[in-house]
Order: sequence, then C-alpha cells, then structure tokens
Amino acid sequence: MPSFKLPFGRARQEYPPNLWTKCPDCAEMLYNKQLDKNQRVCTRCGHHFRLRADQRIAQLLDRDSFREQDANLESVDMLGFVDQKPYSERLAAAHAATGSRDAAVWGPGTIAGTRVVVCVMDFAFMGGSMGTVVGEKVTRAAEHALDERLPLIIVASSGGARMQEGTLSLMQLAKTCAALGRLGDGGVPFISVLTDPTTGGVFASFAALGDVNIAEPKALIGFAGARVAAGTIAEELPEGFQRAEFLYDHGFADLVVPRAKLRETLLGLLRYMKPSAQVERAGQNGSSPLGRSAQLFDELIRREPTHG
Amino acid sequence: MVEQRTAASVAVVEPTPDELRSAIWARVQQARNVKRPHTLELIQSIATEVIELHGDRLFRDDPAIVGGFCRIDGRRAVFVGHQKGAETDENIRRNFGMPHPEGYRKAIRLFRLAERLGLPIVTFIDTPGAFPGPASEERGVAEAIARAIMTMCGLRTPIVTVITGEGGSGGALALAVGDVVLALENSIYSVISPEGAASILWRSAEYSQQAAAAMRLTAAEQLALGVIDEVVPEPPGGAHTNPEETARRLRARIAAHLDALAGRERKALLDARYARYRNMGEFAIAAESGEAQPQRPGLRARIRRVLDAGRNALVGGEGETNDPTADSTDEADVQRTGEGS
Repeated sequence: MPSFKLPFGRARQEYPPNLWTKCPDCAEMLYNKQLDKNQRVCTRCGHHFRLRADQRIAQLLDRDSFREQDANLESVDMLGFVDQKPYSERLAAAHAATGSRDAAVWGPGTIAGTRVVVCVMDFAFMGGSMGTVVGEKVTRAAEHALDERLPLIIVASSGGARMQEGTLSLMQLAKTCAALGRLGDGGVPFISVLTDPTTGGVFASFAALGDVNIAEPKALIGFAGARVAAGTIAEELPEGFQRAEFLYDHGFADLVVPRAKLRETLLGLLRYMKPSAQVERAGQNGSSPLGRSAQLFDELIRREPTHG
Repeated sequence: MVEQRTAASVAVVEPTPDELRSAIWARVQQARNVKRPHTLELIQSIATEVIELHGDRLFRDDPAIVGGFCRIDGRRAVFVGHQKGAETDENIRRNFGMPHPEGYRKAIRLFRLAERLGLPIVTFIDTPGAFPGPASEERGVAEAIARAIMTMCGLRTPIVTVITGEGGSGGALALAVGDVVLALENSIYSVISPEGAASILWRSAEYSQQAAAAMRLTAAEQLALGVIDEVVPEPPGGAHTNPEETARRLRARIAAHLDALAGRERKALLDARYARYRNMGEFAIAAESGEAQPQRPGLRARIRRVLDAGRNALVGGEGETNDPTADSTDEADVQRTGEGS
C-alpha cells in the first residue's frame, strides 16, 4: 500500500467532501483520487465502498467493450402509489440525483477478450430496488445470453423488490427466475456476483441462483433485513450474520473475492464455464427453441468436416 | 371472472378515502382471520383419498408447509400449501405458517414427484412470509425460495394456484407460480406485509392501513393488475363462516381449470406460463428527448380504470363484513414478519 503525505493538516474543515471520503469502517479520511485508484476499497482497512454501475463495468470489462442495451427503459407508476411522496416524484428525484433512468444496466462486453453478457445493478438508484424495469433488464440479459450462447454475469446490489410497484415487482422474481431456468436448461452458465447489499426479493430470486456465486468481502447478503429479523425474532443475532463470510460458511457462496481479484477470478472461471455445444432438447427450452435449434443444427453440420 | 368484473362495475357511490381504507383493512383482517379454513382443512373437504407426505430428505419436515396426494372430483393431483394453525398450540408448531427453507425444499421434492408421475399440481397460498430468523438464513431461505420459483416456472405438468389467505411476499410466491392463479375473495397478495411497508416507507407501523391501500393488495385489485386470473367468491360473512361451502366453490373452479389444462400440449403449456410472467408489469421507453412513451399505450389507463372499479366494489361487496370475529390473531400480530421487501 503506497503511503502518501497529506498536503495539509488534518483539521476537520480541511476535508472538503468532494475531495475526501471517510471510511465508515475505520474512520480513515481517504483522498478520493486515491480511493478511485484503489477501486474504491479503503486503503487502510479494506472496506469495500459501493460502486455505481459504470464504475463496476469499468473495473470488470475491457475498456470500451461494453455496449449498453435498453438504456431508455423507464419505470412507470402503475398503481398510483403514494407513501410520503408519490412514486413518480421518487423516480424523478432518483433520476435527477443519479443521472440514471433505473437501477440496472445490461449489455454485451468482453473480459480479456472473452465475450460475456453482463447486468449490473446500481444501489444509488432507489436502493437498487427491483421493479418492472430492473426485472426486464435482468430477463433480457438472460434471454440474450441464451440466444447468443454467451456466459451471463449479474452483479447484484439491491435492497430487494420495489414496494411502490406492489405485486408487479414481486412478479419480477418469477420473471427473472423463469429466464434463468431456460438459460440453465440451454446449457449456458451464469455467474452471480453478490455485493453490498443484496437482500430481500433480489437475493430470493436470480442472485441466489448462480452456477457459481461470488460475494464481495463483508457484503451484507440476506433474505430479511437484519433489523427486521432482530425485531421479529427475540433472538440475539450471531456475529457476522448475513455477511458474505456467513454465506460462504453455510454453503451458499462458492467464493469470497476481494474487488482487486474479481476480474481475474471471473476470467479464471470463464475458462471452465463455457456454454455447452450441444443442441437443446427439441421444443423444450430457449426463447425461440425451434429457430435456435435449427440454427445450431446448421452450425454443427457446417462444422462436421473439420472433425474428420 | 366475468361475474367479478361485472360486480365491480355496478358500484355507484364513490367511497371516501377513509371508507376505502377501512374496507381494505377489513379484507386484510379477513385474510388473517385465525378461524379461516387453512390448507389441510380445505383439502380434506375439496378432495378425497388425501395422503400427506413429509420431509425434504435433507434436513427435516417443516410443519409450515404441507403436501401430498389427493383426488379432486376423481382427478388425481399433488397438493402443496402453507399451513397455519387454528389453535395457539398448533400455530406455534406450524410457526404461524412461516416456512423455513426445508419447507420449500419439501415443496420442490413434491413438485418433481408430480412431474415424474404426470400428475397436475394444486397449491394453496396462506403465509405472512417465509420465516426471517437466523436458522432460516443459515439454511439459505432465499436460495430455497428462488429455487422453488425457478422449479415451478419449468415444471412439465399443469399448476393451479389458489391464494386462500395471506399471500405474503417471496415466501408466498415460492409456491404460487402457476398456469392459473385463483384467489379467494377476501385473500390478499402483497410484495411486503402492510406493517413492513409502513415501517419502511412511512417510518412507522401505525401507517399499516395506508400501506395496505397503497399496495392494492386485495383480490379484486390483483385481478385488475393481472397478477391473478380469477376471484372465487366466498360465502356471505367470509370463508370461516362456512368452510364447507368455501371448499365446494373452490373444488368446482379448481376442477374446471385442471380439465382445461389437462389437454394442453406440454410445450404450449410451458410457453404460456413463461409468457404469463414475462409480461407482468409495465414500463415506458424514453425518447432521445422529451416525454417518455408508454410501452403499451393505454394499458396504464385501463389498469387504473379497472382498479378504481375494483375499489368501489370493495365497499359493500358481497363478502363484506363487519364481523367482530374478523380480527386478526394476536399471536400472528406479534410474530408478523416485516420481511424481505
């Protein structure tokens, strides 16, 4: 860890927030440029700060390889939902604050030249909550991965389903799981990366279903919010409850990988996790099974002579 | 279905927001009424030759989810459902209908068995939500729910689902992915409990009634949203006043749907089920500049119209009651989960 000299004293007013960030774990004041250079991991204690979707994509994918799809999808207020504020106002405020249209982006890209489909959630937009737009993007990413026979990587970061869309957000759990079921049946691998936080309906759907699940160190990952669990159950919650390491210990995460090693870990896995070459069982799966099977069949026929 | 929609459109008087809120809350209390018939009681009345099966073959038998073989008007089927208790002792044993992961893994096992035997599946939904405690998290309740949902999406056998009481969040959906989703008139279906939504969005559980109204959780509203396909009317006064009649009405509708689905070719069945969930919800497509265009113009207006009609029908509808016994159970209130938004 390269040490660096502070150019001025440590008096509190001399840490303008646009230049400095305080680590919530160890209270160290971190120079933003240095923090960015370290992939937004605390240089003192290793705390992993949350990433915006574009930062995550820049860290994982080859430069300029990502082609975002469906960036123009926008949530609508289907229920006329009003809590302390109308949902439409919350959407507008989130758009203004983040510059994003919703809490996920997806598209094809490459990791060290290997083609993949990625979907990355963005906690900054309404807590990364999954409404119809997020569910749609996850589903389209999975369907595209199946059609193109490319490995799928989803980086989750979400408080859960978006309450303002009522049961229509709950239905996104079924929509995304259905698409992942077809992806798996089609022999295309899916790697789920769980980051801080991944809870509620997102953990209880696509995020838990990776062929390989990777968690970032100390990320909060759980079904019920820890406060809810503590409030509902008059039990003392165990140390490290619902953290990445808890998941790993109980067999629900394959690996806990620090951010600095995430890209090379994915690359290593992708060498093994290639979409199967076999044609799907006819008429069972795939978003357009007949067309897809026919196309694969053509490819196999064309490939035949090279085997001889 | 036609019957319900017609009933919805004949309401003339616009209810005040307060009337509406208490009408909706009355439904929530009906859905949670401890005297309401639960899965085992319903299946004993709906079906014959019931054989309950037990255990997930991995950890233990979860009493909060029940399932097994049954015969519905001659049709062989596998049933699975959440199980609440009618008495305090039984409710404690059943964990108030809040399953642990092993409950969902038992369900998955029975779903697979049904698929292999070529039997259709009927599920009964009645849970405040999956159990949110440490034991549940340690054994991976989120994974169990996700796996159950994914399994149901791809099962090569027909599935009819009935929301009979509380459809509480992911813990409900894990048994509720179906080709046809029915709901008893006084049942509710929501992404989070009203208490949970209130404590998160209003920062106080005192706003539970507002949250219940905002989430559109009644069966009539869920029908308008397309989340359920049909509302089954309850006897006057609610299901608990006449469980036999409730079971009779359910049996007729379940049998009709099982017959309709039995003739479906497997691929068409699976494609229709995929499309059912694929098309849930609505979004807009933003133009390069200016106003976002709705993806399916007019859909939102249509949903709103039907929702409003459904709401009007909630006040003074057939199953409406001021029965004081409709209060929710005290124990369930204490245990109520504010689980997993």
